[in-house]
Amino acid sequence: MAHYLPSTDVQRAEMLGAIGRGSIDELYAAVPQLLLQESGPNIPAGLSELEVTRKMSRLAEKNTVFRASFRGAGAYRHYRPAIVDAVTSKETFVTAYTPYQAELSQGILQSIFEYQTMIAELMGLDSSNASVYDGATATAEAAAMCRDRKRGVTLISETAHPEVIETVKTYCWAANNEVRVIPAKDGLTDLDELRKNMSEDVSGVYLMQPNYFGLIEDCEAAAEIIHEGGAKCIMGVNPIAAAILRSPGECGADIAVGEGQPLGMPLSFGGPYLGFMAATGAMTRKLPGRIVGQTTDDTGRRAFVLTLQAREQHIRREKAGSNICSNQALCAMTAAVYLAAMGPRGLKEVAAQCFSKAHYLARELEACGFKRRHDAEFFHEFLTECPVDTAKLEEHLARHGILAGAFTHGGILWCATEMNTKEEIDRLITLIKEVA
Amino acid sequence: MNNPHHLKYAKTHEWVEFLPDSTLKIGLTDYAQNEMGALVFVNLPEAGDAFSSGDIIGDVESVKTVSDIYAPVSGTVTAINEELLDTPEMINADPYGAWLVQVGDAEIDEPLLSAEEYEAFVAEGE
Amino acid sequence: MDLLFEKSVMDRRSELLPPLDVPETALPEQLARKTAPLLPELSEGDLSRHYSALEKRAYGVNSGFYPLGSCTMKYNPAVNEKCAKLPGFCEIHPLQPESSVQGCLAALALAEEYLTEITGMDRMTFQPAAGAQGEFTGLMLIKKYHEARGDHRRKKIIIPDSAHGTNPATVSMCGMEVVNIPSDEDGCINIERLKAAVSADTAGMMLTNPNTLGIFEKDILSITEIVHEAGGLVYYDGANLNAVMGVVRPGDMGFDIIHLNLHKTFSTPHGGGGPGCGAVGCKNFLEPYLPYPVVTKTDNGFRLDYDRPDSIGRVKGYYGNFLVVVKALAYLMTLGKEGIPLSAKTAVLNANYFMHLLKKRYTVATTGVCMHEFVISMEREKKERGVTATEIAKALIDRNIHPPTVYFPLIVKEALMVEPVETESKETLDEAARVFAEIYDAAMEDPGAVHACPQTTPIGRPDEVAAARNPVLRYRREDNDGA
Repeated sequence: MAHYLPSTDVQRAEMLGAIGRGSIDELYAAVPQLLLQESGPNIPAGLSELEVTRKMSRLAEKNTVFRASFRGAGAYRHYRPAIVDAVTSKETFVTAYTPYQAELSQGILQSIFEYQTMIAELMGLDSSNASVYDGATATAEAAAMCRDRKRGVTLISETAHPEVIETVKTYCWAANNEVRVIPAKDGLTDLDELRKNMSEDVSGVYLMQPNYFGLIEDCEAAAEIIHEGGAKCIMGVNPIAAAILRSPGECGADIAVGEGQPLGMPLSFGGPYLGFMAATGAMTRKLPGRIVGQTTDDTGRRAFVLTLQAREQHIRREKAGSNICSNQALCAMTAAVYLAAMGPRGLKEVAAQCFSKAHYLARELEACGFKRRHDAEFFHEFLTECPVDTAKLEEHLARHGILAGAFTHGGILWCATEMNTKEEIDRLITLIKEVA
Repeated sequence: MNNPHHLKYAKTHEWVEFLPDSTLKIGLTDYAQNEMGALVFVNLPEAGDAFSSGDIIGDVESVKTVSDIYAPVSGTVTAINEELLDTPEMINADPYGAWLVQVGDAEIDEPLLSAEEYEAFVAEGE
Repeated sequence: MDLLFEKSVMDRRSELLPPLDVPETALPEQLARKTAPLLPELSEGDLSRHYSALEKRAYGVNSGFYPLGSCTMKYNPAVNEKCAKLPGFCEIHPLQPESSVQGCLAALALAEEYLTEITGMDRMTFQPAAGAQGEFTGLMLIKKYHEARGDHRRKKIIIPDSAHGTNPATVSMCGMEVVNIPSDEDGCINIERLKAAVSADTAGMMLTNPNTLGIFEKDILSITEIVHEAGGLVYYDGANLNAVMGVVRPGDMGFDIIHLNLHKTFSTPHGGGGPGCGAVGCKNFLEPYLPYPVVTKTDNGFRLDYDRPDSIGRVKGYYGNFLVVVKALAYLMTLGKEGIPLSAKTAVLNANYFMHLLKKRYTVATTGVCMHEFVISMEREKKERGVTATEIAKALIDRNIHPPTVYFPLIVKEALMVEPVETESKETLDEAARVFAEIYDAAMEDPGAVHACPQTTPIGRPDEVAAARNPVLRYRREDNDGA
């Protein structure tokens, strides 16, 4: 089998001859000889492309692709315009490395600059980096941005996504920093508890908008309390909701982070997704990872480069604020193409449809006994009681190709997006009534 | 090299100027800025920060490097040169004018070098 | 070339969604955004042309020779991409019932099986999204291991000065301290210095083998033994695994933990900077500390085990960059038992052959054979003629060759790090060597000539100083109106 290796046996022999060696094995003389794996690793023999395609298809077929889904909880099904895949499948974008050589990488660099602009705009803040791994790690990185010699405690609202809280706790445990969770009241961050927790060692406070339960938090009030306490306000934002909800900049946030998956990325069993990060001018130099800047070339033409590199690990080494190197560049490009395809009105329309459909769903569910757990306004998700057997419900819906809401906090977290038609929602309600 | 004679120098390439009010100013030597090349950013301590000689009190960035600024003396920061935060290139243009921090309660734990001694030290390292 | 925002025309748009089919609910005014975000307004055709123009201003593995040291820019097989686009993988919600994701879990289990076998590890997690996050996860395993033993003194990690910057940065993220040890001239560990560096506060050591100068640590067994005897663990940075995959296993060398860059060694593309996958493997005694959830096999198929009381916790949402694992799995299936070691050996042959060709002019920083990459130093040429590593790099661009990695490793002055991977042909190497030689001769004869390079690219050398002094990190309409 060729295994993508172009060399022929004759060529190999020529090359060995040129370097004065009898065999390739001689090149491994420095390896302790008893460690050499004479017969190769104990894995199956290589396969043809057709066999690989068949095997992988068989694996994929063992998964269920639901026709309709009412499950979000951090990962959302949205319409992905056809142009998104067409652009992001372009081979050069797919196979390029990080754009270290600016002259050879203007296309990649410009696309990131455009991405940074759109994220900064959407968040209502001054700057953005070129991406980090996902929403959870973006939050952990933001917490690190806020810490200094005097302040090292991170506060995180209980209403944040559980996996975000868990990830932040892991990062903070590693760095020997304290995390305190601010309790919730009626599904929202308890602002009195927040105020009580604002000690002098608090560096940053994280709130999610909308929160894990889909509810819209009073981020402006929270930001005020946080700033009075001398700490930084980090908002975790759903980027679709940001099209219509008060922006982090308008709320007074210092840093906005979030899971960028809704911006054109398929669900993909959890990844690759996109961690986006935006900041005020004062916090910009603390952003982790790659950042693209605009400058000019030696003849005055506009040029883009990776900039502010002295913040990063390859220069600052153990003093760097983060070790991030590879990020989610192609996912950032996906988000940029998505946002450009949608445009300002298209994106607003997606958000508005999510809002209306989720509210329609909530009313219909309420009518058949699935009472909402919270009273606060919500975006496209909401938690209800579950008056029927949850396993039975999930199974019955699955049999009809529908993925139920997520079972969490003793209830069901339902989600509706522009993908859910009225017909689908009505069908869901009919099926639910069959279980009840 | 043109290192002013009224200044003292540290082997870590900082200069020290003793002021009449018994405070002192610290900056980077011409040799240091020349080695670093075009500077793009300076991280400075805050007024009120106390430090001992040899402590890292900040750093300077060029496009592809970062270098620590070491305290040549012990003391407390009384002021920082805020202008440098926006125009780090002043260090390149006028290293002996562009002071970084002003220090009070200073104590000299490590002997500092005269201009001649510093020049000899640099020449040795070349 | 204009930005998307400069091409934008008010009211231009595409029809992507049907009209709302449920009664409209209006967002309460006090919650609504006050200022609309500046997003471009373009037709689909505008977008298509915009990105096609950007693609022409980029350079991928598909564009030409890409000997970027330490990055293993091998061919990214098309079948990998095809597999990762299967709806049965990309349309799967991460929180679906376990019974409905058995194919995904089987793919993760299979990739784990193959990769632990190749690396000599016992278990593996795919949660880390990139090499740096793999390092972070690996070091947390070390931290947790010592903590679990009640040994709270061990806070120091030994790192050779030839290491990647991510190594020391990771140590800091783990609240530990770096002990840098100077390498020998070939970047190898000096056994005596290592012996002097280990102590009762050594938590572990991070090592890249072959090292960043492309040399295999011949004393590797002594190195891992010394660290183990001092009570520390040894971490294998998988950046250079491509030289030895299927030939010798890090687990057999004495390493306790390893991270892999699936986007280097296992052929998944780099996407202009990511996404990658920094899979982390470990020996059995560290398994309880792995991030949760862990994929386990039961009589009723695979399940995700969240009940992991000793785990370091979660390092990322869900299970990592799953589709990247799918691509790597397709590659592992394609190459198989014979293909994996043959690829490593061919990479090493290509590197030695290319080094032999370049040596006729350039100075290689090491002597003897190299593994999958080697480092050139332009120190002498810089002194004699002012020809730097940058000059060579920029001249290569004009000849449609992506430059090697420049100015790394830090222990070699004016470094050019060259990695001619196994998927490059002899013809490509011969031709590239000819170009390298021509550039060298031209530069040494007239250093001014290369200083004007590159000239074939859309821009000349950018002003990086201005970019960093006065950062312009986004487009603003008000900055550009009337300009």
